[in-house]
Amino acid sequence: MTSRLRLYTFAAPSRFYSLAGWLVPMFWVLAIGLSAVGLYIGLLVAPSDATQGDSYRIIFIHVPAAWMSMLLYLVMAFWAAIGWAFNARMASIMARAIAPTGAMFTFLALWTGALWGKPTWGTWWVWDARLTSELILLFLYLGYIALVEAIDDPRRADQAGALLALVGAINVPVIYFSVSWWNTLHQGASVSVTSSPKMASIMLTAMLIMSLACWAYAFAVVFTRARAMVLERERHTAWVAELANGGKVVAA
Amino acid sequence: MNWQSPAEFFSMGGYGLYVWGSFGVSLLLMIAEPWLAVRRRRRALREAASGEERADW
Repeated sequence: MTSRLRLYTFAAPSRFYSLAGWLVPMFWVLAIGLSAVGLYIGLLVAPSDATQGDSYRIIFIHVPAAWMSMLLYLVMAFWAAIGWAFNARMASIMARAIAPTGAMFTFLALWTGALWGKPTWGTWWVWDARLTSELILLFLYLGYIALVEAIDDPRRADQAGALLALVGAINVPVIYFSVSWWNTLHQGASVSVTSSPKMASIMLTAMLIMSLACWAYAFAVVFTRARAMVLERERHTAWVAELANGGKVVAA
Repeated sequence: MNWQSPAEFFSMGGYGLYVWGSFGVSLLLMIAEPWLAVRRRRRALREAASGEERADW
């Protein structure tokens, strides 16, 4: 049973709180270091694109943001489902902590896409399958946040949110494959696991480094928010009281 | 290095508005979001110390 105990150790909010507190500064160092390198290569070293000029440089934030928006949704739905199925509080808190960051990346994907669409397509927005399904993703995130905030009982809110998150997860493959299922104005995938990347290697390098930076950023901010949520939910427990009072044990 | 002068860099070959509009808003949000998260944790800690109730949990 010892291995099982170890596996579940960080499912206890108090242990998660201290582990995450130790990890957050490291993720910040990674996020800032990787963005500095990624932006240096992407904005200063990489050459202009033959057809798009310098407007293509938006790719270095657009693609990482779009990837994160889809990935974070799946991770959010996963933790929401675990929290629901196994009645695991920490998993549900993780799901809730991910939602605002996922919504932020979805907004950035749409925003940077509009600013890239204007000079290359001549329009800020079209109702094509890729753009529309990404907009639906933003509404799913906002709907999830609104739903869990609207229900007073935290565990009931977690369960209702999990149902919404799971049903909405069907939208993620729709976004991903939209460019091959439908005839879209948005271009097809530049990078995929089945074929070699359709871009110069220096540009690909910058884009991948920026993606790693966004991963590190997401870990740092989600863990910070999850720690805040743990304190809010566990406010009446002895360990939070002790922590909040600077290590002094207070009588309950 | 691609650029001959800082002015050339900031104009981004005429696409400055689009490129800096993208990176600028990204930077702004990626400063605001962690700031809000840090503030939320500090407030939770303060409220746990004072025994105050928050309305929304």
